[in-house]
Amino acid sequence: MTDLAIQIDGLRFAWKGNAPVLDVPAFTLARGERLFLRGPSGSGKSTLLGVIAGVLEADAGKVSVLGQDLASLSSSARDRMRADHLGVIFQMFNLVPYLSVVGNVTLPLKFSAARRKAVGGDAEAEAKRLLGRLGLTDEALLERRVSDLSVGQQQRVAAARALIGAPEIVIADEPTSALDADARDRFITLLSEEAARTGAALLFVSHDASLARLFDRAVDLAEINRAGVKA
Amino acid sequence: MSAVLSLAWKSLMNRKGSVILTLVAVALSVALFLGVDKARTGAREGFGNTISGTDLIVGAPTGSVNLLLYSVFRMGNATAEVSWPTYQKIADRPDVAWTVPISLGDSHRGFRVLGTTNDYFVHYKYGRRQPLKLAEGAEFSDLFDAVIGADVARELGYEIGTPLVLSHGLGAASLGAGHENRPFRVVGILAPTGTPVDRTVHVSLEAITAIHVGWETGAKNPLADTINEKMIRSFDLTPKTITAFFVGLERKGTILTTRRAINTNKGEPLMAIIPGEALAELWSVTAFAERALMAVSVFVIAVGLVSILTSILTSLNERRREMSILRAVGARPGHIFSLLVLEAGLVGFLGAVVGILLIHAILLVAGPMVEARYGVSLAGTGPGLTDLYTLLAVTLASLLIGMVPAWAAFRRSLADGLSVKV
Ligand SMILES: Nc1ncnc2c1ncn2[C@@H]1O[C@H](COP(=O)(O)OP(=O)(O)OP(=O)(O)O)[C@@H](O)[C@H]1O
Ligand SMILES: [Mg+2]
Repeated sequence: MTDLAIQIDGLRFAWKGNAPVLDVPAFTLARGERLFLRGPSGSGKSTLLGVIAGVLEADAGKVSVLGQDLASLSSSARDRMRADHLGVIFQMFNLVPYLSVVGNVTLPLKFSAARRKAVGGDAEAEAKRLLGRLGLTDEALLERRVSDLSVGQQQRVAAARALIGAPEIVIADEPTSALDADARDRFITLLSEEAARTGAALLFVSHDASLARLFDRAVDLAEINRAGVKA
Repeated sequence: MSAVLSLAWKSLMNRKGSVILTLVAVALSVALFLGVDKARTGAREGFGNTISGTDLIVGAPTGSVNLLLYSVFRMGNATAEVSWPTYQKIADRPDVAWTVPISLGDSHRGFRVLGTTNDYFVHYKYGRRQPLKLAEGAEFSDLFDAVIGADVARELGYEIGTPLVLSHGLGAASLGAGHENRPFRVVGILAPTGTPVDRTVHVSLEAITAIHVGWETGAKNPLADTINEKMIRSFDLTPKTITAFFVGLERKGTILTTRRAINTNKGEPLMAIIPGEALAELWSVTAFAERALMAVSVFVIAVGLVSILTSILTSLNERRREMSILRAVGARPGHIFSLLVLEAGLVGFLGAVVGILLIHAILLVAGPMVEARYGVSLAGTGPGLTDLYTLLAVTLASLLIGMVPAWAAFRRSLADGLSVKV
């Protein structure tokens, strides 16, 4: 088994009918590593995450996740790979509006037997434990509709969901852009700590270079992407 | 699958308001459809049950449906009468077991008057060969006795002993020229039958003759009122003509030969019909309307199903984000597809269940009233296979319809990937 969580070799990607967005000769993320990927708006950060998550297919090159070449997998195998090994946090609106807080956190377990097994018996207790670690301890708060939570609270619920069942990789696509500086730093610290505890590699994407100090390593997309920045 | 089913359920619960509206649309359409179907079945049964145990109905030549209509359903008029001697001749045939003569033409406050003999109460049968039963009183024994149907008694509030006068002809009101100089008296009230018998005033054949003394020209002779009751009672009141008669045979096997013999009667032309045949013919006339009604209610169900489609399609845009979240946490496109199909199926299934419960609740409450009022029995139409099939068909159709938004969401979830911008 490789000690690389993500390995990219000569990746090219273009949205249908458009100029290439990604041309990445080499990029790696080690297991357990916490990496900050910086890039201006429109530079292709979200696109790159989509390719890594196996939702978008590379036009050329090799993208390996946990040693598995995504191109060699069928689309349903890629879906299963994502369900079992990846936690995802978006910029905003991370939660399914009709599920409770705990229901949102345990959602990945519905689609992944591996993560169900990792959690063991009581999914709800594990969800509450994770939420507690992220500072959401108030029982009354957990009963609230997710749309009534503050954005910061919603992002922490999303973080708990990304972490549940200990996936090997957590990818976060600008999860703090709607938070103030204080809440943002606190969120990143909590997320990093939890990722460290479960041993997950963290790939954190943002346009805000000032966050780099909170991570093991920082990479500028412009350095690794030859397709260049247009925006 | 059960994971997706619980998601579908929670998603519906989250949109309760619009889901309930859709559900009500489906429920009402299913209730309407089943209601029409049950009324139709009930009407057909009630219709076929109007007369039984009678082998032939004989009258002057006319259409067979027409003869059935006026002799059994009290609708329309006879174009000609049957003379008494001819009737006697048929009644005396060796293959004829019994006959019941009837004479129509007068009315009482909108109800038809039927002149007959007491044999009518013995031989006229309806439903599963049920004889007429007296709820109160007795058959006629005196010349001016009347036995009234259940509806007549209820609607007019008549009791045993209530006097009544007949009017000549079939005017709805007893206005104009009438038989007010010859009052009758209610001596018997029949139990409800759900047949036109309920809406009939029965008197003896002789009474019909008696009240028409002085009417020989078709209009009232000014001298008619000078003939008093005592004089009338002394007359020979054997009718000269009757309108039609019911025939029971000695042996059912001879029904076709007897009918042919009557139809080819020498002298006065006659027509004999087999009630079952004529009923079927009459029903086939109404079958068109019945089918049209069914078609309309099927369309109403289709409208209900389309409302499922629109409600899901319109919600799809605002749920785009939800779909990409589900994809991100590991839902496969198939999950997205089945989520929407199941949502549609659930709404259809629940709507149909509510609709079925609704129509049965309505039947439970209104059934007895409808039966009493129109003689259409809806009681025998409790939960049955039709309901089950309707439930299955509606659920299946909504699952199929759900594939339209499901396919759209499926396609979009592939194209959107994780990068939906909201
Ligand atoms: N679904 C899509 N179809 C076509 N082009 C797209 C699509 N999504 C993104 N793009 C294009 O790809 C390029 C990269 O977009 P991407 O969303 O990856 O940028 P980003 O770095 O995440 O930007 P931001 O910081 O604003 O989120 C942009 O030029 C964008 O217009
Ligand atoms: Mg982005």
